[in-house]
Amino acid sequence: MLTTPDPANQLKKIEIEDYETLVQQVKPKPPLLKNSFWAFVVGGVICMLAQAIQNYLLSKGAGKTDAASWTSVIMIFLGALLTGIGVYNELGKIAGAGSIVPITGFSNAIVASAMEFKREGYIFGVGARIFSVAGPTLVFGFVIAVLIGAIKVFISS
Amino acid sequence: MISLYMAFLIGGAFCLIGQLIMDLTKPDVTPGHILVGYISVGAILSGLGLYEPLVKIGGAGASIPLSGFGHVLTQGTLKAVEEKGLLGAFSGGVEAAAAGITAAIVFGYLAAVIFNPKE
Amino acid sequence: MPGTKKKGAQTVVFDNPLVLTAWASIVGPLEGGGPWGQDFDWIMEDYLFGEQTWEKGESKMLRETVKHALNKRNLEPADAELFVAGDLLNQLVSTNFAARELSIPFLGLYGACSTMAESLIVSSMLMDGGFFDRTVAAACSHHYTAERQFRFPTEQGVQKPPSSQWTATAAGAVLLESVGVGPRITAATIGRVVDMGQKDIADMGSAMAPAAVDTIKTHFKDMNLPTDYYDLVVTGDLGKIGMAIAQQLFIKDGVSPRPNYSDCGVLLFDDNQGALSGGSGCGCSACILCGPLLKKMLAGDIKKLLFIATGALMSPLSSFQGESIPGIAHAVVIEN
Repeated sequence: MLTTPDPANQLKKIEIEDYETLVQQVKPKPPLLKNSFWAFVVGGVICMLAQAIQNYLLSKGAGKTDAASWTSVIMIFLGALLTGIGVYNELGKIAGAGSIVPITGFSNAIVASAMEFKREGYIFGVGARIFSVAGPTLVFGFVIAVLIGAIKVFISS
Repeated sequence: MISLYMAFLIGGAFCLIGQLIMDLTKPDVTPGHILVGYISVGAILSGLGLYEPLVKIGGAGASIPLSGFGHVLTQGTLKAVEEKGLLGAFSGGVEAAAAGITAAIVFGYLAAVIFNPKE
Repeated sequence: MPGTKKKGAQTVVFDNPLVLTAWASIVGPLEGGGPWGQDFDWIMEDYLFGEQTWEKGESKMLRETVKHALNKRNLEPADAELFVAGDLLNQLVSTNFAARELSIPFLGLYGACSTMAESLIVSSMLMDGGFFDRTVAAACSHHYTAERQFRFPTEQGVQKPPSSQWTATAAGAVLLESVGVGPRITAATIGRVVDMGQKDIADMGSAMAPAAVDTIKTHFKDMNLPTDYYDLVVTGDLGKIGMAIAQQLFIKDGVSPRPNYSDCGVLLFDDNQGALSGGSGCGCSACILCGPLLKKMLAGDIKKLLFIATGALMSPLSSFQGESIPGIAHAVVIEN
């Protein structure tokens, strides 16, 4: 390994740091208060709607787990529908994380990626692209859940 | 009524945290990163026993954010481990989350086939 | 031994200035609704342009722009000797497929959003070298084809930061002839790739501004010209933020162009059109040049123009691998 500091490289590094400072001075920051407010409100309303659905199902005598599963299924359906009719992306421009974090956002990412590649066919267009965001999400969820399960087996044995 | 109120507050708080992560950290945090991050953190918190209390307080406010999906995966896995041992670690998560995963794929595919991107 | 037509470090001066005898521009609905809408030749009603896919629409847009430019001189595609063009898509599909229909001998270029200047420079050098008498230089970009290659699917709910730019749906084509009437290309400066370590894929302006300033500075030095020589110095698609940064760098380096400096990305859209920092894409500088700018040159409002198209040379792959965004800028001198 070459360890002697190269003066030209040092100079370039300083130049890059100076430039970064200039960029940060000029570049406007995202409107944090406004974004946070809308993320909170839209995210909250989506979850409230889900709670209302869940309450209704519970009042009709559904079991607790079943009601929760049904609620997820219905919310996923709503997310897919709103994406299809072109409403969800407009919501996302205002709500930011408020429309990404709820499960409807997961649904939106799936439909948006799949729909965009319809012209590449139903198998390698829609079928493959459906997992471009859903895939990584499920992979991490599965891997972590299995690891936790394995740790529990290890501890209890 | 109180359950709706709590769902709004807790759900809103989950989303607010996501927004702060996107606006205050590196600019290349995409929605994909947020989704992966939430499901992972939800699964881990659930394993530590910290997520169930949130669901008790917030109801859908904690189960509808994607971290709730991670929670379902972990709880399903842990329950199956009690019954079947190591095999449960492989089957429990997907069993518990099967409805959500299948709904996402099927509705996702149907919506993509029926609708077209707007301009 | 340096070439005899070369001046200074990076500049070429043409012995026989090339004449821009005709030009054309076709733009999308949003661009057509902007401040320069009446200066473009054709405004598309939608983004498909009567085709089945956005990519085909983009290809048709470029093809029709070239035909339209040739038409203005009562020429057919077969009358052109060389077609030099490019776009933003992988393997230059839009341009390649346009060239398939036009069937003019073809050189495809990838210079990201700097393509319009690059195609003008390559054409001019080949013509001044005596190889051709009549060439077409062009570039195009399409919002939706670029968006899905470089960023997110259209319907995904994504919040765009204020620094992000709107890839223009636009094409511009110039017919260059060695003899004729019109504005002339007299010199050009070929840019170097400049990378100041910027990594924000939602902020191309900051990544490209240093390259633009580097090329402009080198141009004035190579040509030994005062910074108030040109009526207008215009960069390609730095956008509002990139332009503000470029102006800071001009002051720092003591090369502020006077009396007028502007940016096609800032010019293309009105503030209320949702383009945030401004327009971008090959089509942005191409349509502003082949629309309002050359029109103003013809009318004599601008006599000496320095046109600098700027490109961000990244790909989604290079970004995932943690690479910073290199910038490039090429300058073309157009004089009456």
